[in-house]
Amino acid sequence: MPDTTSPTGTPAIDIDAFLDAQDAKDQLRFLTCGSVDDGKSTLLGRLLYDSKTIFEDQLSAAETESRKFGTQGDQVDLALLVDGLQAEREQGITIDVAYRFFETDKRKFIAADTPGHEQYTRNMATGASTAELAIILIDARKGVLTQTKRHSYIVGQFGIRHVILAVNKMDLVGYDRAVFDAIVSDYKDFAGKIGLTDIRAIPLSALTGENVFTPQTEMPWYDGPPLMEILETIDVRGDLAAEPFRFPVQWVNRPNLDFRGFSGLIPSGTVAVGDPVAVYPAETASRVTRIVGPSGDLDRAVAGQSVTLVLADEIDVSRGDLIAPAPAAPADAGDNGNGNGEAPLSADQFAAHILWMDQEEMLPERSYIIRFATASAQARVTDLTHRLDVNTLDKLAAKTLGLNEIGYCKMAIDRAVAFDPFGRSRATGAFVLIDRFTNATVGAGVVDFALRRASNIAWHDMKVDRALRSRALGQTPRMLWFTGLSGAGKSTIADRLEQRLQAAGKHTYLLDGDNVRHGLNKDLGFTDRDRVENIRRVAEVGRLMVDAGLITLVSFISPFRSEREMARALMDEGEFVEIHVDTPLEICERRDPKGLYKKARSGKLKNFTGIDSDYEPPENPELVLKAGEKSVDQLVDQILEYLNR
Amino acid sequence: MHIIREVAAEFRHPVMLYSIGKDSAVMLHLAMKAFAPGKLPFPLLHVDTKWKFREMIEFRDQLAKDHGLDLIVHTNQDGLKRGVNPITFGSKVHTDVMKTDALKQALDAHKFDAAFGGARRDEEKSRAKERIFSFRTANHRWDPKNQRPELWNLYNTRIAPGESVRVFPLSNWTELDIWQYIYRENVPIPSLYLAKERPIVRFNGMLIMRDDERLPLEDGKEPEMMKVRFRTLGCYPLTGAVRSEAETVKDIILELLQSRTSEREGRAIDKDQIGSMEKKKQEGYF
Repeated sequence: MPDTTSPTGTPAIDIDAFLDAQDAKDQLRFLTCGSVDDGKSTLLGRLLYDSKTIFEDQLSAAETESRKFGTQGDQVDLALLVDGLQAEREQGITIDVAYRFFETDKRKFIAADTPGHEQYTRNMATGASTAELAIILIDARKGVLTQTKRHSYIVGQFGIRHVILAVNKMDLVGYDRAVFDAIVSDYKDFAGKIGLTDIRAIPLSALTGENVFTPQTEMPWYDGPPLMEILETIDVRGDLAAEPFRFPVQWVNRPNLDFRGFSGLIPSGTVAVGDPVAVYPAETASRVTRIVGPSGDLDRAVAGQSVTLVLADEIDVSRGDLIAPAPAAPADAGDNGNGNGEAPLSADQFAAHILWMDQEEMLPERSYIIRFATASAQARVTDLTHRLDVNTLDKLAAKTLGLNEIGYCKMAIDRAVAFDPFGRSRATGAFVLIDRFTNATVGAGVVDFALRRASNIAWHDMKVDRALRSRALGQTPRMLWFTGLSGAGKSTIADRLEQRLQAAGKHTYLLDGDNVRHGLNKDLGFTDRDRVENIRRVAEVGRLMVDAGLITLVSFISPFRSEREMARALMDEGEFVEIHVDTPLEICERRDPKGLYKKARSGKLKNFTGIDSDYEPPENPELVLKAGEKSVDQLVDQILEYLNR
Repeated sequence: MHIIREVAAEFRHPVMLYSIGKDSAVMLHLAMKAFAPGKLPFPLLHVDTKWKFREMIEFRDQLAKDHGLDLIVHTNQDGLKRGVNPITFGSKVHTDVMKTDALKQALDAHKFDAAFGGARRDEEKSRAKERIFSFRTANHRWDPKNQRPELWNLYNTRIAPGESVRVFPLSNWTELDIWQYIYRENVPIPSLYLAKERPIVRFNGMLIMRDDERLPLEDGKEPEMMKVRFRTLGCYPLTGAVRSEAETVKDIILELLQSRTSEREGRAIDKDQIGSMEKKKQEGYF
């Protein structure tokens, strides 16, 4: 509660005036970055303490702590005030970001506090993703450190445009202007390279409070405002309303036949009744006829408002679509991937910076769920161009991304989605990646540019289709996917099955390691990454064969659930039959038809499934064959019975 | 509103927990706005312990009728049969059985996969770990080590069958924000929040309004009439009233502002004490 508006015992306070003032207050979300010794906790503590909005229980805890452990003599140790709140972190609760709330009579603040170490890159990116400004702390005695650069890169990459460079501990360098100037010039050199432009530097001391809330006299050479004045007055949102209009459709509101509106939150820009718009990715043009706000119709609406738009035409609009200004000129193939005019991009391939946030590493070609504003699709990384060393900004060659690593990738999605380069629109240029099985949020990314316009590769609508071909062959095409350990009997069973099917006049093809590994996939080894790509190619080839009308037998160890599910997702309902050849490892190892287990056990063969590489058994296969217990013919009967069902 | 719509769009069977209190009133008001002019695309769930203030129940039924809301009322029948009540069983058992268990029963019975709650960050100290989407396993357990990062406003709403989420759209609101909204938007609330002369007995150290005959009177003592209001609403024998003159929402806001001031005054005294403690320390007190 701000001091100036609190009632001083007189009941005659003007509530309406007070509430107007409260309403007029906006909110600034910022992130503080700095390593442990830079004085980040002290600065946050200072902000909380001097704004007098911390809660009493917190303050008294800090006071008690200060008496016990404080390093600041008579004063409350402000660092303890913040550290006291961090107790939860030690209880093992995963907090990627801790938020502190405080306010002054001009603004409300949410400070995101993230740990500074390298292993917390994802925490910092999470904090940056919702912050509008970052305070980057530098210890005046140490200058710009590797850490400073890493923090700056991350906050810039994940969305922050405004930076306050807080050169702390000026009291310890004798308030020397030369020290300050050197640090600022150093920093600006670096910041220019990573595209941070709005940088305000302040010399201050969090410990003494100089230049935090109050200007002081020790540094007469600094004529700028203190930190709090910048925080209270900096305009971080004014520009949003002037940006291109974007409206991700959240909800189709259709209470009755007379009303059909599209609800959502405007992340950027302005819309007015009568505006020509288009619905992306389809690029269907229309016009806004009504804007329904929470308390009735509006003439116009701006960024930050939740509204429902009504369009002039009866066009197809659903959740995940993006309403935005119509393209300025007809889209042409010469598009450079950065869109034209105010229109967003519609594409199914793009280049992006990705931060990986999961223990399990990112594998190119594995399929993940992608979430873009309100749209969801399936996505895969087609090419990991490089991994970035966040400390040196060096681009390193890499095949995978591990936890907290940042890479630059080319991505493909299974359908066209509307988005923007992140540099142009934060709300429509950011995405998260979700694992399809654990449902964990495994990655976050920002779009750099679109690679290709989806409209240029529209699937040619062929007249001879799968149904026709399958009728001509007189069979139902299927993909029979045999999975299991090496030596489980997959090929033997598949081979016998193919003979029986041929004998019955069916048209078949068997894809296995022998005919694929030696040709199509001879460039692939046995690392996880290569296994994923191997299976992806096999699945795609299998799909073409099914499309050709064949009963396609696929016999591969295919150890990972996600790749088998990816193959399943390529097929229509019921076409994919997952057959788990379930033979215990001991039996497979005893059989060892190719002597591979022996080699793997002696260490001559690496990444061997079942020995030093995992096999993930199917969760709901159509068929389980107990190959350790039944004869090959019994197992083939079991499959035929399923197919004839 | 953005959050409420995300849930409605992404989950199969969302439900809004409706407690009849002021937070629920605000949440419901926002939800109705989010889907206007359409109807609320999910039902409301009220867990009735059978010990709520009578006025709350009347208010609930009237509201549902006025707005054509789909209201599900659930009571733990098992608990009811066993006669669980707040007076002889104590508040903990009563709350566990008639509220927590009842809620789980209702969520399971209707297979709800997302439930909105009105919890606010200023109600508990652990605000820092706040997530807007809080995941629960099939047994309604919360695994703090397994919470998902929330970047931008891209919420990961995917769950496995049986799992569910609790969603707290008001988690960033304070008590003052709630009253401010009620005042500005003229949100209807039960009049129990406003000060009035009410029959009060002292029970478990609280000022309790005797809402019906089930609350025993000590030694034939008659309830005292006092001008009180309630800051929260729940089961009447567990809900203490505060003495207050605030007869309008505006008065309540004023009251809140004044109580904050006194809190700060109290804090000033603490500061003095620290100084004196430190002084004593320097003087070799310890």
